[in-house]
Amino acid sequence: MSRVFIALQDNENARFIVEAIGEDNPEAEVKHSPAMIRVEADDRLVIRRETVEEKLGRDWDTQELQVDMISIGGNVDEDDDSFTLYWNS
Amino acid sequence: MNAKTSKRLNMKERYRIMTRDLGWEPSYQRYEDIFPQEGFEGIKITDWDQWEDPFRLTMDNYWKFQAEKERKLYAIFDAVSQNNGQMKISDPRYLNAVKLFITAVTPLEYNAYKGYARVGRQFGGVGARIACQMQSIDELRHTQTQIHAMSHYNKYFGGMHDFPHMFDRVWYLSVPKSFFEDASTAGPFEFLTAISFSFEYVLTNLLFLPFMSGAAYNGDMNTVTFGFSAQSDEARHMTLGLEIIKFILEQHEDNVPIVQQWLDKWLWRGYRLLSIVGMMMDYMLPNKVMSWAEAWTMYYEEAGGALFKELERYGIRPPKYADQTVIGKDHVSHQAWFIFYQYGHATAFNTWVPTAQEMDWLSEKYPDTFDRLYRPRFELLAEKAARGERFYNDALPQLCQVCQIPLAITEPDDDTLLSHRDTVHDGERYHFCSDGCRDIFHHEPEKYVQAWLPVHQILQGNCGGADMEKVIGDYYRIEMGEDNLDFEGSAEQRRWAAWKQAV
Ligand SMILES: [Fe+2]
Ligand SMILES: [Fe+2]
Ligand SMILES: [Zn+2]
Repeated sequence: MSRVFIALQDNENARFIVEAIGEDNPEAEVKHSPAMIRVEADDRLVIRRETVEEKLGRDWDTQELQVDMISIGGNVDEDDDSFTLYWNS
Repeated sequence: MNAKTSKRLNMKERYRIMTRDLGWEPSYQRYEDIFPQEGFEGIKITDWDQWEDPFRLTMDNYWKFQAEKERKLYAIFDAVSQNNGQMKISDPRYLNAVKLFITAVTPLEYNAYKGYARVGRQFGGVGARIACQMQSIDELRHTQTQIHAMSHYNKYFGGMHDFPHMFDRVWYLSVPKSFFEDASTAGPFEFLTAISFSFEYVLTNLLFLPFMSGAAYNGDMNTVTFGFSAQSDEARHMTLGLEIIKFILEQHEDNVPIVQQWLDKWLWRGYRLLSIVGMMMDYMLPNKVMSWAEAWTMYYEEAGGALFKELERYGIRPPKYADQTVIGKDHVSHQAWFIFYQYGHATAFNTWVPTAQEMDWLSEKYPDTFDRLYRPRFELLAEKAARGERFYNDALPQLCQVCQIPLAITEPDDDTLLSHRDTVHDGERYHFCSDGCRDIFHHEPEKYVQAWLPVHQILQGNCGGADMEKVIGDYYRIEMGEDNLDFEGSAEQRRWAAWKQAV
């Protein structure tokens, strides 16, 4: 088992993205530090477009994540509907 | 998939069309003539089509998102300068970290821009070429936005006025410079392993995240904003770094030992380079976020641990000497600050003894080492300074032939003994800070015998003359009494007090 993580700028978008992550990954752990939010989970973390759109109340492209994201740990798999971080080991 | 996304091409299709479809098979030139550097490191690529960019980013979206990042960034720069942002920082000592950043790190961004432009040209695979092209443009953006961010501080503070000139000449800046030039003069696959993987994937979090959080915590809005904006590109670079390593390892089993040697080398090179960051975190941030040791545990031992476990399946083991970095994390920032303190007349920033309160924080964060080894040293320096005998060292230090850091770092198994290795090559004796640096030399002695070592160059008379005032003032362009020396009694301290009174 290994930890995957994503760090986001602590801004208006990120609040809703983090809320969506929490809903889709109930075991994820959220850590706040000055100006940034880090979300960690064991082995796998999924960000779903539909959940983020519901929280933001507008259309959201998974690639928009690139504007708010500041770091990640894990392999990435991204398509139109979701952004996934995972470790194989 | 719902109706909205199916109206246009999906991300995977768009990526295929905008990358693979831009390539072509050469008909009248030989492949080896078009990509002459692809083979000379011994790396075997059997199928470039296996290359995937997990973000599937295409040029159209690239411009769209980058433009949005720039709009946000420059709005904040404007706000900072319109509101006298320089007065909002926690303590004027903080700005010294920014001076170190613009002289040591920003030029690396520029070298990264050149490096990716060069290696991108050398790969037969279109996916790799496009990824390198985007990264090259990103790195140029980082250079420019950092210069813009700091140009505001340059109007008010010293030490930032001549950063490209200093990068090419000043003794401690030869550490980052030689690190990057070592990568840039390697073949294209070693460059990617060194910069995309070892530096960006494994180590860049240690540079940007704690430091940017630190900038936020010390009221430096410009730095935190460019930092996070750059880091949003960096998250993409990191992913690319991991994909590159997996791609090379999957292509051929003969690639494994070559990559392993590069990983051993570049983790050690990166670790030594980041001593400077450790010192910034522990000594230069008046409001502290986390200690260097904590950052190393979190970003190298934990995040790196997960990573190397993932790479085990390819036959890769954790980098050689990784255990020495874990021992070193309790020492390196203190030893680095002590080097800069004693050579504080030859630095383009101010140095100081930590305050009593700061020393208490260091004791708490470094329970095994600070009170035993470093507190007595700093207390003695404080006493001397109070007597008007602020200690400056006029003897030039011996430098490591590989990392170029003064030989003032202790042995991994004896923290009271300085670590020193040497070897004879072609009748000349060369000196090293560690087994790690000596191994790197042994692997490619012809490369490292050519190192431009600042101390040797001064002694050979190549740096403006025999007296140190000339070297520091004329050759480095560090203005005596303005840019350098102790913070106590500095021009910076006087100006800050005057501005605060005027407010
Ligand atoms: Fe960069
Ligand atoms: Fe980068
Ligand atoms: Zn060394």
